[in-house]
Amino acid sequence: MDLFTEGDPIADTKAPSGPVEARWDTRRFEAKLVNPANRRKMTVIVVGTGLAGGSAAATLAEQGYRVRSYCYQDSPRRAHSIAAQGGINAAKNYRNDGDSVHRLFYDTVKGGDFRSRESNVHRLAEVSVNIIDQCVAQGVPFAREYGGLLDTRSFGGAQVQRTFYARGQTGQQLLLGAYQALERQIGLGNVEMNARHEMLELVVVDGRARGIVVRDLVTGEISTEMADAVVLASGGYGNVFFLSTNAKGCNVTATWRAHRKGAYFANPCYTQIHPTCIPVSGDHQSKLTLMSESLRNDGRVWVPKATGDDRAPRDIPEDERDYYLERIYPAFGNLVPRDIASRAAKNVCDSGRGVGPTKLGVYLDFADAIDRLGRKAIEAKYGNLFEMYERITGEDPYQVPMRIYPAVHYTMGGLWVDYDLQSTIPGLFVIGEANFSDHGANRLGASALMQGLADGYFVLPSTIANYLASGPLEKVDASHPAAVEARADVEDRIRRLLAVDGDRTVDSFHRELGQLMWEHCGMERSEAGLRKAIDEIRALREQFWQRVRVPGDGEGLNQSLEKAGRVADFFELAELMCVDALHREESCGGHFRAEHQTPDGEAQRDDDRFAYVAAWEYTGTGEPAVLHKEDLKFEYVHPTQRSYK
Amino acid sequence: MNLTLRIWRQPGPEDKGRMVTYQVDDVSPDMSFLEMLDVLNERLTLSGEEPVAFDHDCREGICGMCGLMINGDAHGPQRGTTACQLHMRQFSDGETIDIEPWRARAFPVIKDLVVNRGAFDKIIAAGGYITAPTGSAPDAHATPVAKADADAAFESAACIGCGACVAACPNGSGMLFTAAKLTQLSLLPQGQPERYTRVIGMVDAHDEAGFGGCTNAGECTVVCPKGIPLNTIGRLNRDYLTATAKGGGTPGS
Repeated sequence: MDLFTEGDPIADTKAPSGPVEARWDTRRFEAKLVNPANRRKMTVIVVGTGLAGGSAAATLAEQGYRVRSYCYQDSPRRAHSIAAQGGINAAKNYRNDGDSVHRLFYDTVKGGDFRSRESNVHRLAEVSVNIIDQCVAQGVPFAREYGGLLDTRSFGGAQVQRTFYARGQTGQQLLLGAYQALERQIGLGNVEMNARHEMLELVVVDGRARGIVVRDLVTGEISTEMADAVVLASGGYGNVFFLSTNAKGCNVTATWRAHRKGAYFANPCYTQIHPTCIPVSGDHQSKLTLMSESLRNDGRVWVPKATGDDRAPRDIPEDERDYYLERIYPAFGNLVPRDIASRAAKNVCDSGRGVGPTKLGVYLDFADAIDRLGRKAIEAKYGNLFEMYERITGEDPYQVPMRIYPAVHYTMGGLWVDYDLQSTIPGLFVIGEANFSDHGANRLGASALMQGLADGYFVLPSTIANYLASGPLEKVDASHPAAVEARADVEDRIRRLLAVDGDRTVDSFHRELGQLMWEHCGMERSEAGLRKAIDEIRALREQFWQRVRVPGDGEGLNQSLEKAGRVADFFELAELMCVDALHREESCGGHFRAEHQTPDGEAQRDDDRFAYVAAWEYTGTGEPAVLHKEDLKFEYVHPTQRSYK
Repeated sequence: MNLTLRIWRQPGPEDKGRMVTYQVDDVSPDMSFLEMLDVLNERLTLSGEEPVAFDHDCREGICGMCGLMINGDAHGPQRGTTACQLHMRQFSDGETIDIEPWRARAFPVIKDLVVNRGAFDKIIAAGGYITAPTGSAPDAHATPVAKADADAAFESAACIGCGACVAACPNGSGMLFTAAKLTQLSLLPQGQPERYTRVIGMVDAHDEAGFGGCTNAGECTVVCPKGIPLNTIGRLNRDYLTATAKGGGTPGS
């Protein structure tokens, strides 16, 4: 293939050797420390204020570093972690139901379809217990039992009840906990908060990350901020699909700019598609809304047996319905994992049996559950979700079955990091969804919150000290040639975006790119489709730079300009995602290649050829990227094929 | 549906604003209110006009970033619903809709429908937290919390910080926002040590930021998309009185 070349493998991830249980202790002991008096002289930039960035900024400031924090929203409290519904996993074993750090570790490696690192995942499971303690101490109002102790539930098919939750708003409550810790440090003068600022470039001096170029979204002012280290906590890139459950502003710019400056991008093709979202209602659709996975505990998924059956769902008799999950997966039925349920929905819709105005939907029917348990019981369990559904669709799910369809929800890929969460650029650390590290090819439910807070509260604050202690770094300021050049690049790009003055809006390009990606790099990928997508992305990218219209100027608040910059980066990322998906000639987790399935249509991994992390090095837009492989070794959890029949 | 929109346009913080009328045709009842604005903005962009600036992000009613005065109601006509979750089926064909920014002294307009709500962050920074540096926490089960207290704390913690309460208040008061956080933290055992310094700090910050005083008009709780109850303000006042009697100092470390 001419789409990429292969470079040297990644030899060392810096994880200590020895028993997996002891590695994190070993690393922390071996890490150098920074004297508290010296911490005051060191500045750390943190981009993003979600669970990872907010908790990291607060913790670093508590430790005595000077922190400069950035977010594009009007307040750090609004980062998209706030929308997480389900819960947060922790190996507390408060239920005495057989849970342990080792079991959480095992479940996460297996759930990731054996494409994550054992050392990292074990550390995540160890740290999970500290997160719950920390959040309770901050006043996070978790659900409790009548005895006053914390309630937990099972989630995402786990056999133990290890998920802590705050109604359906766990992400909000955890984020507000981190936000309040951050505001405390802002109030004390230890963190300089810059809301409504967007990072547009990374400054690399002598091979080290030493600063960022940011745009003040209110005044339009471009400035260069220098530091001793830079932490990216800027979230995932699901919005490359235009329609996703991400917030509208979520973008890849911070990590993509770092990638262009030398940071490897790992496993970009691993995206998670959530099966239970409210379907698209028309061309005006701007985003998709998740309905909690828990609905599949009582709802039955079906479509009409006949194609083109336009009758109202209640008029379709029982024997003319296809409860396809129950039919294909009799053992797990409606509770098959996310990737399986999503693909099955796509298959029935592709065969012309989808429901609703766009025919891209399947029914999730509660009639049987309401008959069996009574309306009251269903109301108690799912009342708020049913209300939300009705508000959006105008249909009453107690009377007519819900319509659902899969939607992009989370991205497992991200910037490559070593065991210390440091990227291939020294001094550039990447945490939370922005990195690739812990979920392999598929993330388990309630594990995103766990990873964000593990990285921010506990892992990064230990590992970054080791880097900072290797200093002092040479003093540099914004007049350094590398900083001046980065800033000039940003200004030039803004000028170019404004100068095109074409005949198409940014959103129209973004929508078209999203459709391309959804079609060819979504739930099912094939070699022909991906090759076609790469050609079309390139052509569309060229069109974008010739025909986009960005009204206004760069001098003040200009939301079109913000969007244009983000979409321009999505165009480049999209190509790399397709190249990654094309080169990975196997199916694993969220990556399903049509050519690689078992005779009964399930994902077929190829451990002999693909048990590695694909870390991509940037060589230029449209130029072949360089693939660096990091081999994955499984000493504790042995790869097996998943089966749900 | 065909609609007439009258929208507040203001190029910048120092400029004078005015209502501008736009016609929007072919609105689907399934669109959200913000998607209807997207349609308008696409059209404005192509016709060479500046699109209307408005804040939004998650579009699922939880981030608190959107906030519009719609026909004089904060977040529009549907109770318990943010502007992003409001759908056009709540309106009728041929209707004229007025769209304005939050109007309050503490929330200056930045551009069009976008306002600066940084004052809310200042209130939180002045005490809206429990001091628990990372790593210092005891086991989560060390202190049980009565379920009723935990549930009530959650009700108040559900505040999304959108500012509708301030926009609806005839005094431009931020008391419901302040009281929601105070109530959450004062209901929990972990929040007790700073309870009285917290209330002084937050109320002082509230007043310094330019918010008005509370006169129990109750408009705030009516428009609150998360239904934060008015009695949280009663709780704030009680704690504030106790704190003053105790001679509470400033909050913090």
